[in-house]
Order: sequence, then structure tokens, then C-alpha cells
Amino acid sequence: MSHHEEYVEAPGKLITRTTVTLALIVCAAFAVIAYRYIFGIGPISNLSDGYPWGVWLAYDVSLGTAFACGGYALAFLCYIFNGWKYHPMIRSAVVASMFGYALAGFSVLVDIGRYWNAYGFFVPSRWQPNSVMFEVALCVMAYTVILIIEFAPSLLEKIATFKSPLLSGIAEFILPKLDKAMIFIIALGMTLPTMHQSSLGSLLYITGHKLHPLWQTGALPLLFVTNAMLLGFSIVVFESSLSALGFKRPYEYEALEIARFIPIVAIFWLAVRFIDLIIRGQVVAMFTSGFHSVFFWAEIILIVTATVRFLRKPGPKAAFYTALMMCFGGGFYRMSVYLIGFNPGDEWNVYFPSIPEAMITYGLIALEILGYILLARLLKQLPKPHAKGAH
Amino acid sequence: MKSTRRTFIKAAAVGAGAAALTPVLAHAADHAPSFNPDEVGMLYDSTLCVGCKACVYSCRKANFERDENARRKKDMFSPLRNSEADFVLTAEDALETRWVDVYDLDYRTKNIIKMYNDPDTGEFAFVKRQCMHCNAPGCVSACPVKAMTKDHVTGVVEYDRGKCIGCRYCQLACPFNIPAYEWHKPLARIIKCELCRKSYYDDQKSYFEKYEQPACCDACPAKAVIYGKRADLLEEAKRRIAENPGRYVDKVYGEFDYGGTNVLYISKVDFNKLGMPDLPNYSYATKSEKLQHTIYTTIAHVPVAPVVLYATLATIAVTHRAKRNKNDKGGRS
Ligand code: SF4
Ligand code: SF4
Ligand code: SF4
Repeated sequence: MSHHEEYVEAPGKLITRTTVTLALIVCAAFAVIAYRYIFGIGPISNLSDGYPWGVWLAYDVSLGTAFACGGYALAFLCYIFNGWKYHPMIRSAVVASMFGYALAGFSVLVDIGRYWNAYGFFVPSRWQPNSVMFEVALCVMAYTVILIIEFAPSLLEKIATFKSPLLSGIAEFILPKLDKAMIFIIALGMTLPTMHQSSLGSLLYITGHKLHPLWQTGALPLLFVTNAMLLGFSIVVFESSLSALGFKRPYEYEALEIARFIPIVAIFWLAVRFIDLIIRGQVVAMFTSGFHSVFFWAEIILIVTATVRFLRKPGPKAAFYTALMMCFGGGFYRMSVYLIGFNPGDEWNVYFPSIPEAMITYGLIALEILGYILLARLLKQLPKPHAKGAH
Repeated sequence: MKSTRRTFIKAAAVGAGAAALTPVLAHAADHAPSFNPDEVGMLYDSTLCVGCKACVYSCRKANFERDENARRKKDMFSPLRNSEADFVLTAEDALETRWVDVYDLDYRTKNIIKMYNDPDTGEFAFVKRQCMHCNAPGCVSACPVKAMTKDHVTGVVEYDRGKCIGCRYCQLACPFNIPAYEWHKPLARIIKCELCRKSYYDDQKSYFEKYEQPACCDACPAKAVIYGKRADLLEEAKRRIAENPGRYVDKVYGEFDYGGTNVLYISKVDFNKLGMPDLPNYSYATKSEKLQHTIYTTIAHVPVAPVVLYATLATIAVTHRAKRNKNDKGGRS
């Protein structure tokens, strides 16, 4: 049984103005990365001993992997709650997730100072289970592999059409076997993100007073995993609206149905957020923390407005704007935990990313979009356009 | 499908609730820190310190210089220029006479003397900053590859650059902001006081191996910083406070703070003003480990929650697939 009739390639040429621009940004970023490897992190970044983690971790890892949770959130919907209903959307979500995670992994390699020792993660005598970082690292690596396996069928289908009988033979041989085993891989693909997305929150718990009380809580893991789910759904809706536009395809009505889950997750997240603040007695701090209050309310208001907007008038347009606002609101939350709410003391200049630092981040984002476009045009990734209402 | 969904939600809710909310609601119990009797440390008495920076100088020599450099004629070397650190040194830094003016702890020094001076009240004191060698160190708990370790006999927190991946989580996790990173180097390492147990160079003996004392304690002319067993130092600190009540704040910083530290401070000026953070009586690391181990409770080395989650998800997904396959055969698309 094969499902690939559900998917098609995206129409369009490979070399366009967009892809060339993206490629140029990527090249610039790689030049900066080369510089970093020759001269060190200090000369290109604003990182300091007080602010040792900057935008590479806050954006590329913490936020980037959450934006890459489309595959994760959709897998829950598709395989757990709704019996394959949204299956046609899975592939493009998996590709986006794969890029997101691979690039997060890559930016970690740019960020860590002694990368040649990174093999230590595979040396059991060096394992340090008390370290949240250890759990995150192993889990993220494992999940990236899982995503590649989940992505493999679309590549194999392409290979199966090759002229060479050997290559197509191998592909034909692997495909049905992979198809059978896939469900267990997929279950792993739901377990691992639950683990490391929550741990991405726990990471900051050890910083104690260095993280502002509006964000410092033992509920960080729960808030982060819910936030990942929220961003996952939002990004799926956002991406499919956008790719409908960009690839000039008809609107995917599944996106609208998926959008229905956004308010549910958002309300749960808001409930946990406020109950936690109340339990910890931080109600007053919500209003009296100046600069931090602004970011706190930005995050809350965006999420609340987005929720209300969709609940009042569900429709393709509302779905798009809700998803977009959620991406910002949920994103603010993550950035606040990693950067804005973090204050090691007054001895250090408040961290703000330097231009080369930001360039690396932009470059990785560009690489992600570029890869997504190229793959969508080369392999069968997108759901087959269909008449309204039919599944 | 309804029933599986409900069971799943229930299982997930129980799992997530139990895992995530327990540590939120349960405040970490304040248990008295336990140190074993042989643990060593230092006692810094701010009231005795004259601010001569002999400790900074000797720490620098002990930790960053090659033995052969130390034997050279004085005008032939500057401690800074001979180190590998001169890459980003400003002209001012490179002036031999001013090298002790490093503003704060960074890759150039493991030890620094800072001054507190309030012109209005005339209150005035020095403070020495270096690693506190915490009882439950954040850096050790944070390090994913055991590059930071606490020696369970001596209590010294040591760093192993052969294992370190340079993730800088230790810097984030240290409440005293002690570990420093060599930002200017492509092949950087973490720099922090290891109670003189290790040399910067692999092929030479550490100061402690040579002189059985940390360099700073050895050098201090005023005996403001002394080395010894933590238990003895604590007793000594309390004795000094008891004998001169007016001379000290009635507190030994590090006795309980952050779950206790092996380096202890006594002072006349409020510790806050000296830049020592206000810390609870437990280590954040203890709390973080508790949270992590609540979520990842293990039975016979198997983390329960992820395994249960995986089993549940796989079962539901397989059930759905079986149903869908049946429907496919039945002719529905
Ligand atoms: S003071 Fe910081 S670096 Fe030193 S042991 Fe404690 S947590 Fe680690
Ligand atoms: S920078 Fe090195 S010592 Fe510090 S936590 Fe990372 S691996 Fe451990
Ligand atoms: S114990 Fe050694 S490394 Fe630590 S501050 Fe003193 S001299 Fe420096």
C-alpha cells in the first residue's frame, strides 16, 4: 500500500530571483562562520562571560526547533487524534522540521567553542544525566535522525523512478519495508520532541535568580512543551497558507481544520502560565517590572488576541493571522526566557547580538527556506490539490 | 477512536501533570549542607585584606606561566605577553606594570581583588573573587560531558579541557558568574580557579603539587586568605566573629548560601555591597536536578515517563493504522 498519490511536486523553476537572493545570504553567513572558526567567537559576537548564550541559542536552537515542531504537532493530530485525516500535510511539515532541526544542530556546532570534543556525547563514561543540556543534546540528535528517516520515503520514491535498475531496485526494495516500520519511527518522533522541547525550558531553571521571576519557574518544561505544540500548529497553518501563495496552489483546507487546535493549546498554555504566576506570587511583578513587563505583556496580548480572533470568526484569513500572531507571541516567550529575562548582574553590558552574529542567524534561516523551496520543487512533498471538502 | 483518544488524554494528563507540577508545588526543602570532614577550602577575611593584589599576581604566575618563564629576568617578560592571551590585549593591557588592572574576572585571571568604596559613609573594603567551590555546584550539574567535576574527597571543583565541548552552560549555571571563556581564541577553553590543582600547561606540575598550598594563600602577606579544611576554617571564622563582634557582620558567607560553599567569607561590610549575590540556602542545581529527575524518574536505569509515552503513542498509532487499512480495503478512500 503506498500513499504517495497523496503528494505532488511544487510547480516552478529552481533558479528564480528568490532562490538566488537566498543563496547569496547563505554565502555571506558562511563567510562569517569561516571567520569565526579562524578567529574565535569573541571577535564576531557580543557574547560575554555574563551573557554566554546569545542569539544562536535563543533563536536558532530554542525558537528554531519550536518553529520546526510542525511535524511533531501534526503527527499528534494525524496519528493519535484523527486517524490519518491530515496525512496529506505531513510531508511538507516533516521537511520543514528536518531543516529546522538540522540547522539548529549546525548552529550549535558554530556556537560551541570546543567542537572537536563533541564526540564526548557518545562516550558513556562522560554522560552526565544530571545535566539538562545532555538530555537536550542526545534527544535533538536522535530526533534529527528520526526526521531524516521520516523524510526518506519521498526521496526513495524519486529514486525508484530512476533509469538505473540497481538504484530503483534498491528503492523499491526498501520502500515497503520502511512503510511498515514507519509507524514505530513516527511514535518515536512524537516522544523525543516531548522530551527535549520540555527540557529546552528546564535548561534555564538552573540559572536561578539570573532569570527574571516572570519567567523563572519549575513549570518551564510544561510551558515549553505546550509552547512547542502551539508554535508547531501555527507554523503548519502559516506555511501552508504561504506555500499556497508562493507556489500558486489552491488553499489547503486542512490548514483551516488544523487551525482549530491552536486556540485549545493556547488556552491551556495561558492557564498554566497564569496559575504558575499566581502560585509563585508574581501577580504584582507582571505590572511593576518595567522593561520586562512590556515583553511579558507583548507575549500574553499577542497570544490572547490571536486566540480570540480565531474563535470569533474562524476562516482562512483568521487562521493565517492567528497563526502569524501565535508565532510572534510564542516566539517572544522563548526569546524572553533565553535573552530578555536573563540578567547575570550589572557588571556586564546588556547583550544585543552583533551584526555578524545576526548574519549567521539570517543565513541559517535563508538556508532553511531555500532548502524547503528546492526540495518541494524536486520531490513530492506538498498535498495533492483537491476540490473543496474532499479528503 | 473516541475511547483511545480519551485514554490517551487521561494518560497524558496524568503523566504531564505528575511530572511537571510536582516540583512547581513542592518547594525544595532547606536541608543543611553536608560536607565531608576532609573537604578543603579557603577563608577570606575582608577586614584583614590590604588590597595589595599579591594573590592576584601569584595566582597569575602559578596558573598562566611556564616554569621557565618564571625563571627569566624580570625585564624579559610580562606575564601577559608571555601568555597565549595577548591576541586581544589592548595597549594598556600590555603594559607590564598595569596588568593587574584587569577589570573583573576573565580569561586572564582566575582571581581578582575588587574594592568597595562609598564616598558618603566612608565605608570601604576589599573583596577577593574566585570560584567558591560550591557544595552542589551549578557548573558541575550543568556540564553535559563531565568536564566540570567536584572531587568528593577534597571538594575542589576541577575543569578538564580534554572533555569540555565549550557550550558555556557552566557560565550560565554559576550563580557567582565565575567560569570565564577565552572569547578571543578559535580554540578556547574555560578558565576558573581550581584551587591550584591544575596547571594551564599539561606538561608542568600544578602549584598545589609543588607547594601544597594555593598560590594566593601562599602569597598573602596579611593572611587575609588562608587555606585549610573547611570545617576548621568555619570554626576559625566563627571564632573571629565571636571575639570581635563589632568588627564583622554576623554571618559567614558560604556557610549555608547556595547550599554551602567551600570558600568562606567574613566581612565588616554587607556582603551584598561587596558584590556577593543574595542566594537562598539551597543550590539551584539541586532544584534543577530534582525537576529533571522527577520528569525522568528511572526504574532500573530506564526512564519511565518517556517509555510509557512511547508505548502509548505507538499503540494508538498502530490501532489507527489497522483501522485505516481495513477502511481502505472496504473501498473508502
Ligand atoms: S562558584 Fe560557580 S564555578 Fe565555582 S563551583 Fe560554584 S558554580 Fe561552579
Ligand atoms: S563549557 Fe565545557 S565545562 Fe562548561 S558546561 Fe560546557 S562542556 Fe562543561
Ligand atoms: S586557589 Fe589558586 S587558582 Fe584559585 S584563586 Fe587562589 S591562586 Fe588562583
